[in-house]
Amino acid sequence: MKVKPVNHAKAAEEFLEDAPHLTFHDERLWDMRQKRDQQMHLLPEWQDLRTRASEIKEHTLANLPEYLEQFEANAKKNGIHVHWAADGAEHNRIVGEILEKHGAKSLIKSKSMVTEECDMRAYLEPRGVTVTETDLGERIQQLDDQLPSHIVVPAVHKLVPDVAKIFAKNYHTDPNDNDPQSLAEAQRMAARPVILTADAGMTGGNFLVAETGTFVVCTNEGNADLSSTVPNLHIATLGIERLVPRMADLGVFVRLLSRSALGSPITQYTTHFRGPQKGGEMHIVLVDNGRSTRLGMEEFWTSLKCIRCGACMNTCPVYRRSGGLSYGAVYSGPIGAIIDPTFNERKYSTLPFASTMNGSCTNVCPVKINIHEQLYKWRRVLAEHHELPFVKREIMHMAGKLMGQPKLYRTAINGTEVALSTMPRFVLYNWLNPWGKHRELPHPVKQTFHSWYKQNRLKKDKAQ
Amino acid sequence: MKIGLFIPCYIDAFYPNAGIATLELLEKLGQDVEYPMDQTCCGQPMANSGCNSDAAAAEALFVRNFAKYDAIVMPSGSCTHHVRDNFDAIPQTEDVKHVRKNTYELVEFLHDILKVDAFPWAEFPHKVGLHNSCGTLRALRTASMSELGEPFFSKPMDLLSKVKGITFATPKRPDECCGFGGTFSVTEEAISARMGLDKVRDHHNAGAEYIVSADTSCMMHQQGCAERNGVPIRFIHIAEILNGARA
Repeated sequence: MKVKPVNHAKAAEEFLEDAPHLTFHDERLWDMRQKRDQQMHLLPEWQDLRTRASEIKEHTLANLPEYLEQFEANAKKNGIHVHWAADGAEHNRIVGEILEKHGAKSLIKSKSMVTEECDMRAYLEPRGVTVTETDLGERIQQLDDQLPSHIVVPAVHKLVPDVAKIFAKNYHTDPNDNDPQSLAEAQRMAARPVILTADAGMTGGNFLVAETGTFVVCTNEGNADLSSTVPNLHIATLGIERLVPRMADLGVFVRLLSRSALGSPITQYTTHFRGPQKGGEMHIVLVDNGRSTRLGMEEFWTSLKCIRCGACMNTCPVYRRSGGLSYGAVYSGPIGAIIDPTFNERKYSTLPFASTMNGSCTNVCPVKINIHEQLYKWRRVLAEHHELPFVKREIMHMAGKLMGQPKLYRTAINGTEVALSTMPRFVLYNWLNPWGKHRELPHPVKQTFHSWYKQNRLKKDKAQ
Repeated sequence: MKIGLFIPCYIDAFYPNAGIATLELLEKLGQDVEYPMDQTCCGQPMANSGCNSDAAAAEALFVRNFAKYDAIVMPSGSCTHHVRDNFDAIPQTEDVKHVRKNTYELVEFLHDILKVDAFPWAEFPHKVGLHNSCGTLRALRTASMSELGEPFFSKPMDLLSKVKGITFATPKRPDECCGFGGTFSVTEEAISARMGLDKVRDHHNAGAEYIVSADTSCMMHQQGCAERNGVPIRFIHIAEILNGARA
């Protein structure tokens, strides 16, 4: 089957038509950006922290095999079962087998972008495993059968009445109950019994520490702690790039993470998992799923430094006005636009163009990923791989030719009719018409600068 | 110092006054300026679209036109950014290196090279909102960036502050991109236009009568958004104010 590129522009246009959602989304995320700025101003060492974090990640990625092996050896010493998954399918099979071995039919889990990447729920549910998300936003998205629209706040594109409707359908609450407190309570009442009777718990994770063989999960709701400790079986899924060498390195990242994400100094819970609880079992699945290929991409490997804070999304003026779902991918926003094409070049070929390359994302990134420069580089790669729409490609080709020929160019500029005859009409109209849909065209002028100069400077010079 | 003046295609065709003001201003400041008649484009539209090889002819022509000058000055942040930081569709000969190294955006040229300390002819008795294009802000760094928390500085504001009668409006999101983005304005027209509308409203609500910028491309887009939505605000290139335009 031929893969169709995601139509971000169309999805964005639909998002823009709904004023209340658009305004809330833009302002809520802008507020997170401002709170992040306030935290930055409170720490004089902010830029040094970013530099340090970037250096630690680059060092780790440059020595990834050694550190991964160190992690595995130490984790095993701690009594943790370590599994390696080359891709999403292998990850799902491993998790399925662990659950099957324990006869586990009910799995509670905290937020994990990697399980979204692997589409794990779709694999487990037909095999008789009920998966329940325990993060509030993630649960809302699960009940609504949507991907998370943001890495940190997965249901940020929804308003309270949207949640009320979803809960009414699933929890039989009042569809007109627009009190966030009471809705949260409904979720709590629905989730608690599931948590207490679950056969297995699953978490994602923010950091793997090589020297200790431990891992860290940062959350605000405490749901990861419940998911990991109530059942005796805990499975944690993490990407192989989540590694830091030493415990001492963690401080740099913990200080940056929540400040960048939500503008709070630290998450409510920063839990260090050191091994299985008494009488329990702990498994870690280390997932590659394209990461080692990305590590080999000279222009794009530093995207693996990402700590999934979402700061680039919060600051992105395009993301704030189009919503995460418009990217049609697990990872949305600026970071999504540079990593999604590594999963499927054709499908996500449009995403590096869903940006003005304004560079704000790069400036807020706590690990200094040059996001907007990678967007620029992706455009080149996609053009070279023939992943640009035909009309755009043709326009650029013709424009490029025209710009190299001053006389032809001058003729084109001086007379609209001539301009139209140098470019096929269908190209010009199909492609440039959108300018005028929500905007006026520039006003016509009597004289170009070129002809003014000729008249007012060159002729004068001759006269002198 | 012999200066070569580059006037970007959209200024040439739609906003000649910004180009004329740039030339006259440099002349008033005693500079020896020439405008090579065979110039077209710096190659940016093709390169930003990923079609780098299609930028080669424009880049080669640009070098042929400008290699003989000591400095190349242009009233455009994004074109300067392209020439300085991305101009690599052609082999990097000595001429190419010379051109890339000596290309300046007008504001940085006035501020950093000529170090102009007065515009005695300039008076602009209006409240203006300054729009820094993303090219001037985050690539050329002519002003401090809010994301980095660095001490405040602004080269365009330094220059404008020397103009008699001018006052400044303070928009809420001064660093937010206005959504032009080159071909983005066409391929993602809905978002682009919405960003432009939000931008002009932000300036208008802050009390700005004019939006002033070193980048005409941003203003061409913003003006289109303002006019379509009836936001009463006017647009003027920084060169026009510094050259003595009164309105």
